[in-house]
Amino acid sequence: MTSSGPLRHARSALIWLCVLVVGLLGVLIAGVATGQTETSPKLALDLEGGTQMILAPRVDGDAAINQEQLQQAVEIIRQRVDGSGVSEAEISTQSGSNVVVSMPGTPDSKTRELIQASANMEFRPVIMAGSFNATPEDQRLADDEVPEPTGEPENASDTNWITADLYREFEAYDCEAALADRSVESTDADEPAIACDPSTGAKYIVGPVEVDGERISDATHGPARNSQGYQTGGWAVQLSFDSAGAKQFGDVTSRLVSMQGAQNQFAIMLDGLIVSAPTANVPILDGNAEITGNFSEESSQQLAEQLKYGALPISFDIQSEQQISATLGANQLEMGLVAGIIGLVLVAVYSLFQYRTLGFLTLASLVVAGILTYLALVLLGWSANYRLSLAGIAGIIVAIGLTADSFIVYFERIRDELRDGRNLVAAVETGWMRARRTIVVSKAVNLLASVVLYIMAVGNVRGFAFTLGLTAIADLIVVFLFTHPMLQLLARTRFFGSGHRLSGLDPSLLGVEALYKGAGKVRQFNPAVRPKKNTGETERRLTIAERRRAEEQQSAPGQDRSSVATKEDDNA
Amino acid sequence: MRKVALWGNELYTGKRSYPFVDKRKLWFLVAGVLLIASVLIPAVKGGFNLGIEFRGGSEFTISDVQDTEVAVGEEAVSSVVNAEGLRVTAITADTVRVQTDRMTDDETLAVASALAEGYGVSDEQVTSTFIGPTWGQDVSRQALIGLVVFVVLVAVLMAFYFRTWKMSLAAIVGLAVVVVVTAGVYAASGFEVTPSAIIGFLTILSYALYDTVVVFDKIRENTEDYLEQQRRTFGDLVNLAINQTLVRSINTSIVAILPIGSILFIGAFLLGAGTLRDLALALFVGVIVGTLATLFIQAPLFAHFRLRDQDVKEHDALILEQRKGEPGA
Repeated sequence: MTSSGPLRHARSALIWLCVLVVGLLGVLIAGVATGQTETSPKLALDLEGGTQMILAPRVDGDAAINQEQLQQAVEIIRQRVDGSGVSEAEISTQSGSNVVVSMPGTPDSKTRELIQASANMEFRPVIMAGSFNATPEDQRLADDEVPEPTGEPENASDTNWITADLYREFEAYDCEAALADRSVESTDADEPAIACDPSTGAKYIVGPVEVDGERISDATHGPARNSQGYQTGGWAVQLSFDSAGAKQFGDVTSRLVSMQGAQNQFAIMLDGLIVSAPTANVPILDGNAEITGNFSEESSQQLAEQLKYGALPISFDIQSEQQISATLGANQLEMGLVAGIIGLVLVAVYSLFQYRTLGFLTLASLVVAGILTYLALVLLGWSANYRLSLAGIAGIIVAIGLTADSFIVYFERIRDELRDGRNLVAAVETGWMRARRTIVVSKAVNLLASVVLYIMAVGNVRGFAFTLGLTAIADLIVVFLFTHPMLQLLARTRFFGSGHRLSGLDPSLLGVEALYKGAGKVRQFNPAVRPKKNTGETERRLTIAERRRAEEQQSAPGQDRSSVATKEDDNA
Repeated sequence: MRKVALWGNELYTGKRSYPFVDKRKLWFLVAGVLLIASVLIPAVKGGFNLGIEFRGGSEFTISDVQDTEVAVGEEAVSSVVNAEGLRVTAITADTVRVQTDRMTDDETLAVASALAEGYGVSDEQVTSTFIGPTWGQDVSRQALIGLVVFVVLVAVLMAFYFRTWKMSLAAIVGLAVVVVVTAGVYAASGFEVTPSAIIGFLTILSYALYDTVVVFDKIRENTEDYLEQQRRTFGDLVNLAINQTLVRSINTSIVAILPIGSILFIGAFLLGAGTLRDLALALFVGVIVGTLATLFIQAPLFAHFRLRDQDVKEHDALILEQRKGEPGA
């Protein structure tokens, strides 16, 4: 049983590894077959070419930015960048204080301004509604039918704001086209404007700004209730204003309730785009409004967030901006791979030199770790849009050495056990017991460092921490499911078990008489050499060291045994 | 191989032994001198050679250049703007780097095309980077927070794993030496300090502690029940552990250095300055310093801490007493 136990364990470990690799591979193949992913990892901008901007938020006053606000800021920037026609832009937050915008190509100055500008939320009354697309030429009003102002506008809802020019512009205004090529012209707060509402597919002429977004103190979403307090099954957005806002909003709603048609609506605009245009049913004088309508939970939450954070005037400073040409990126990728291959070859050569045939196991383990890492990178690129950067490649290359180190720790332990006079099968088991703890705790340190680095680091060096952590995990999997089981199996082969000169585990080199002496003779284990149970590690070792000396001494008589022991102590 | 194996055997049995613990005061003195030098040299030289990330400004990299004449770049930039702080350097055989103080967007685009024209390459070959003046400070601040968080977490992890805060303390003190000395090497050699280099520093911490954990694990194993034996003092046991893991320490650092060295070589000679080179350079210096620190500072320091403990003192006294009584001593 003692010999079949480790063997069974070794086989099942290797089977688990196969299951893992085949499983990952299967997911990948399925992804490729359905055209959802590619066979290679996604590349970051520094390898693919493009522009990366790192932005730091700037808030008016000394308000601090929290994670949610930053997240909302990212959302706002994303809408703007998407709106400006840049495709495949990636916007993310980093280390809780920065926003990173990555996009292919070089953004024009308009896109750049758009990204930096602060969110602008405002409430304007609707004066006139129209269809989303431009009115067809033949359906447009004749020149004499176009409304003309009859006097000075009395309030923001007054149709007298609509001039003939504005009306013509409104007719010709195509929201579809405007959204596709969205260049947010800053509209004058004191003038009427044309705005689109993509959620309902309408366009409006809106009056001057009546309530500024900064007046919003809070916005939440929740199930809508009727006047008796029962849930109606729909969703609603609750909105509250500060005292100045409450008064302004009270004035607006008091006026709007008596209005007819579109003029009964007020438009909530973010960056010139209408996020909602609810109708005013009652005058709201206490500053606590509720917007109901055709909301789902998601859309009500989205509007609440837009209201809450859109109100926060965040603008951004460009901290760093990098434009990398695609050729330079390709060159760097190539050089990174070359560096990796050179590093791998050097490590392999050194392992073979140090551990002979066992070095091949190191190499094979590195290859398995490489396969796992590669699969993980491709799958993470697919599932989490992870992109491999040059620093990420550096992390993988550095990890070659760190991964090989686990094997060195393990192999040296086995050698130590052989030096203690164990046979290889036993040495592999006890060596593993001892090496395992060391490997796990040292990898925990590595992993901890990677996680801290990943969370704290800014800039593209984050990719370095990521791959470093990923490879530490791959290393653990490989050591447990490949290197150790393989060695368990190899230890039972004649080549390794007999301690072949080239096996790297030659007992004669390790200060122990060769176990297998050829021609069927095997060195007998001296029972006294075997470690006694319940003896301390150090005591055991010393006994053996001493014993060896004593054995030497037998061939060189006339020396006092204790003097040898003392000499040894003096050296130590 | 044979020699190495035999050497390993002798280290393992204790037949051959290097006095890491016995001579600890000497190593501490050396470390002290290095520490002082690492603080004094930057002070005398006027600080570090900070990269553009800390100064703020614009940087252009022109690749695939036939002739890396510096004057061409200077002329190209001057023809567009009267840029201050203009620095043109040929960083590899076919790459030129141009650094200036901050420019506007339009100026940046104009300079980029002027450079492309001057060096006779396409616009594609010009990479431009703009860095705000506070970027470097941001990175450093984050790095500093990262350093503190990591050190605290790892100190707790080690104290918990080894069940003694003395190992944690020895490891952290040694780590401080690694960081300061590596920084000193940077200052003394005038290597450019960039955010990548700073992240490299943080990775060194991970490596240095990783290495220390492996050696400490062996020390713990050797000293686990030291009271039950009467042959070696605590210091001897620690020293034996260091010697027994010496082959591993050497193999490990060589294996770690090889890939880092290849990144460094590729980074420095074929790509010029950049993420790869800066990271690798910091790691290269740090791995060497980190390995040496484990052997000469962290492990002996732990022995030093423990030697003041009453139980260790009593036990050591007993052993020394015994040795006196033995013949041939």
